[in-house]
Amino acid sequence: MTRSGLVPRLLRGLPALYAVLLLVFLVAPSFLVVPMSFSGNDFLEFPPSSWSLRWYREFWSSPTWRSAAVTSGLVGLLTVALSLPLGTLAASAMRRMTARWRALAGGVLMLPAVVPSILVAIGLFFVLSSVKMVGSLTGLVLGHTALALPIVFVVMSAGFAEFDDQLERAAESLGATRWRIWIDVILPNLRGSLVAAGLLAFVTSLDEVVVAMFVSGGQNATLPKVMFAALRDKIDPTVAAISSQLLLFAVIAMLAMLLSRRKKS
Amino acid sequence: MVSLPAPDSRAPLALHRLTGFVLGRIGVMPALLTVGVFVLLPCLWLVWLSVLDRSGALSGENYARLIEQASYRRIFLITFRVSFETVLCCLVLGIPFASYVAKLPPRAFGLVMAAVLFPLWTSLLVRAYAWLVILQRNGLLNTWLQDWGLIDAPLPLAFNEFATVLGMTHIMLPIFLLPTISAMRSVDGNLLKASESMGASGLRTYLSVFLPLSLSGILAGTILVFVMSLGFYVTPAILGGGNVQVISMRIARSLSTYSNFGASSAIGVVLLICVFAVLGLSLLLRRRLSGGKETK
Repeated sequence: MTRSGLVPRLLRGLPALYAVLLLVFLVAPSFLVVPMSFSGNDFLEFPPSSWSLRWYREFWSSPTWRSAAVTSGLVGLLTVALSLPLGTLAASAMRRMTARWRALAGGVLMLPAVVPSILVAIGLFFVLSSVKMVGSLTGLVLGHTALALPIVFVVMSAGFAEFDDQLERAAESLGATRWRIWIDVILPNLRGSLVAAGLLAFVTSLDEVVVAMFVSGGQNATLPKVMFAALRDKIDPTVAAISSQLLLFAVIAMLAMLLSRRKKS
Repeated sequence: MVSLPAPDSRAPLALHRLTGFVLGRIGVMPALLTVGVFVLLPCLWLVWLSVLDRSGALSGENYARLIEQASYRRIFLITFRVSFETVLCCLVLGIPFASYVAKLPPRAFGLVMAAVLFPLWTSLLVRAYAWLVILQRNGLLNTWLQDWGLIDAPLPLAFNEFATVLGMTHIMLPIFLLPTISAMRSVDGNLLKASESMGASGLRTYLSVFLPLSLSGILAGTILVFVMSLGFYVTPAILGGGNVQVISMRIARSLSTYSNFGASSAIGVVLLICVFAVLGLSLLLRRRLSGGKETK
């Protein structure tokens, strides 16, 4: 609409073509792991010269991989259970603060996103080792909760920005307690944001490598920790099988989020 | 609290006020406390450990070593270079894309944004692995190039700085695009029309009206990408294959291999200072930017 008429018609298609190519660059590489996971070879080769399900068998029959998957799922769920209420409460409380306090508190809450995770990891390692909690699930969950907070906070703040405060005041004037207001007014209205924030918090924990590397150990090693070791030492094709399953989870999570958004609007 | 319900007695009213206060204002405290204990405290702990020598006495030897040894300087240089290259790639690839996407009608826009956001849902490790599949000796790219007869021997594409920057760009691009696109989408279309009606060419309008108006978003994206790139660990470790030593890897190594708490903490503190220096600079720059707008 703003392009000048002098540009030849052929050139007009170029931006769209470029946009499509960039989207392919963003999205396509991840999906390459799917054919790789059905490879029958021991080494990395694309396209694979033979096909099999052996890497999926390998994954599900290995106690190390299986226990890592269980740990990751558990840590992810606990991270959501902690970071979602904390972040939601913070985003709600922020509405009634003065601009200066809001900026300060918001800045502190964004810290986990800007401090390099290696520093959180080794710092947390030192702190936890002084209270003999290195390798414990608790330490890892609390670390992941801190890392997930900025995301939950941002998503929930955006949710509250669209939330009509009048509804809350109406409920209040009709005699509802704070508790009832949250259960019956605020939370149902923010359902879409809650789903998005919860999923993102889960994915944050599920994908987190560095903190898990230092803080989780032995029995409590998470999936990314084991995957990272497998990728760094030798390129184990089992990683392709896990990656495909994680990718499937990502697709489902994203569709769930899009659907919850659509329902809301 | 203008319109409180008629209280049955004093006690429920007090309770009501208390819960209102807790949920309404103190509600931010648990989150702040979590960040304080699990992010701020660990960082302060690092600062403390970095000024202790091996015997536990106060000393500046960890920092002295950082300055003396050339290997540390090289690692900082490489980290900054890789981060800078990543930012550059994001700018070059991202700005034309964002400019185009920002003008799309709502429906197409939503679809494109879903695709842009999709990588954020997939694990860093999955994507590092995917790039290995593409760039390896027997990987996708080398196989294709050889089949087409463009090259005779596989190119060394993986395990170097090129692979690292490519992988990091792939990860950072969506993060760059988010603030950039949102700034571009809020540019007032009337200004562009005004510029064109006064005879400016499309390119001229783009360069002297559209881009300057989107500058705040581009700046935010740039700073975010740069700061996050400084702390990258996983992607350089896997796609660099040991040939690209960045700060985070050095910290991890001096801790897990040599258990040198002081040395790793000192590097960490310097990294932290770099991150906050960049953030502070960007804040100043943004203030100047918005200040300039106001005086106009």
